[in-house]
Amino acid sequence: MKPFDYQRPSDRDAAHAAAREGAMFIAGGTNLVDLMKLEVMAPDRLVDVSRLGLDGIEVQDGGLRIGAMVTNSDLAADPRLRRDYPVLSRALLAGASGQLRNKATTGGNLLQRTRCPYFYDTDAACNKRAPGSGCAALGGEMRNHAVLGTSDHCVALHPSDMAVAMRALDALVEVEGPDGAIRHVPLDDFYRLPGVTPHLETTLGAGDLITAVLLPPPPQGAVQVYRKVRDRASYAFALVSVAAVVTLDKGRFSQAALAFGGLGARPWRDPAVDALLVGETPSDALFAEAGKHLLRNAAPREGTEFKLPLARRVLSAVLKEATQ
Amino acid sequence: MQTTLTVNGRNHELDIDPRVTLLDALRDQIGLTGSKKGCDHGQCGACTVLVDGRRINACLSLAVMHDGDSITTVEGLAEGGASALQKAFVAHDGMQCGYCTPGQVCSATGMLEEVSAGWPSHVSDDLEGPVTLSHAELSERMSGNLCRCSCYPGINAAIREIADETRQPIDQQEAAE
Repeated sequence: MKPFDYQRPSDRDAAHAAAREGAMFIAGGTNLVDLMKLEVMAPDRLVDVSRLGLDGIEVQDGGLRIGAMVTNSDLAADPRLRRDYPVLSRALLAGASGQLRNKATTGGNLLQRTRCPYFYDTDAACNKRAPGSGCAALGGEMRNHAVLGTSDHCVALHPSDMAVAMRALDALVEVEGPDGAIRHVPLDDFYRLPGVTPHLETTLGAGDLITAVLLPPPPQGAVQVYRKVRDRASYAFALVSVAAVVTLDKGRFSQAALAFGGLGARPWRDPAVDALLVGETPSDALFAEAGKHLLRNAAPREGTEFKLPLARRVLSAVLKEATQ
Repeated sequence: MQTTLTVNGRNHELDIDPRVTLLDALRDQIGLTGSKKGCDHGQCGACTVLVDGRRINACLSLAVMHDGDSITTVEGLAEGGASALQKAFVAHDGMQCGYCTPGQVCSATGMLEEVSAGWPSHVSDDLEGPVTLSHAELSERMSGNLCRCSCYPGINAAIREIADETRQPIDQQEAAE
């Protein structure tokens, strides 16, 4: 690990002051410390945000305000989350291990990096790690890679389960700029697609601090499902996951929010798929049509072709479960 | 960097390079070598310790991040003699080479607290219902600890025995009510 300066401010002003160029915020550290050991990431300074009081879960405007330092295990176990936002509780519990969830945080989870093995291998070309160096995944071993939103410069997959469920719940990320100004960013606008700049993963600017995630009021009468398919029963990243928040009225979809993991360069949601369901009566044909629509722009490559039929089947199964 | 760690109830004032992980500080600077370095990437669980009562991977956390924290290692669980869980591991032969055992024991200790608190898991049918430590629940909750000798049957039996014992007083209390 390369040497770095470490600071642990006790208030946000001091945190912003410490977060000059070359600095990174560190929360639970479960991903960042790992990447620093491998020298995939080598910040000059770490600013530890664990003592800034960002670890509360509060009711706000009928929804929940989740502090950025709330751990994944505390969030998954929160009684309000279990009752009102089970899709998010389920997604959190599907991720990582008990030890990791006790340390990983809400804000940190949003910023976790891809698990593409070429990103982790500093001897391999990777446009995300070293812009302009190329992409060793193309023509290499691909399985845990994206089929939606990729570019010729990067096929990396976003690994989070939590963010997928948040995407289906229309969560907002609360960001505090270096000048103290607060803004709320929908997840849709939070993550960038790789394009020609895959190293730029979010729309956060220098010194921007995630302070919370806001959940809107729980969707009334909705059925919430999270299903994750992976290579082993536990403690593995998703090959395909689906977060579904759907409401039926008189036998027809009155509302649908579907988000996907294991498929996209970012936690994936396609408004056209949601729109296709609304007003329709659940049926196998409709579910198949939704899957087809979801993947209309998919770009599978050698090694990831299997994800297309898998995604269609998982989506159908989830919609069936949610509407039975 | 000056850092105070309270380990197994004793304060340690350390001057630590920020690069040192909690695991390395425990082993190399404090001399508690029970916690093991396995994969060193949070995947195997051999380094598991309890921080303020919660299990974490000590290999993925910097020691300086734990200034003022209270840490329990496998040595701490054995103070005053082996804990009931440690004895159960021996009785059920829940080890072969023994390398992963400290992490298994610390992880199981933290996991049983999580069960007591009613935390659901990925395999819980009902997010809000009571937790019964079935085989599926135990396997899921211990999935962050790998044993290359595959002593899982013995490990599971040891943990189940302790879970049953600790649940008993609650059952009796319920019966009294």
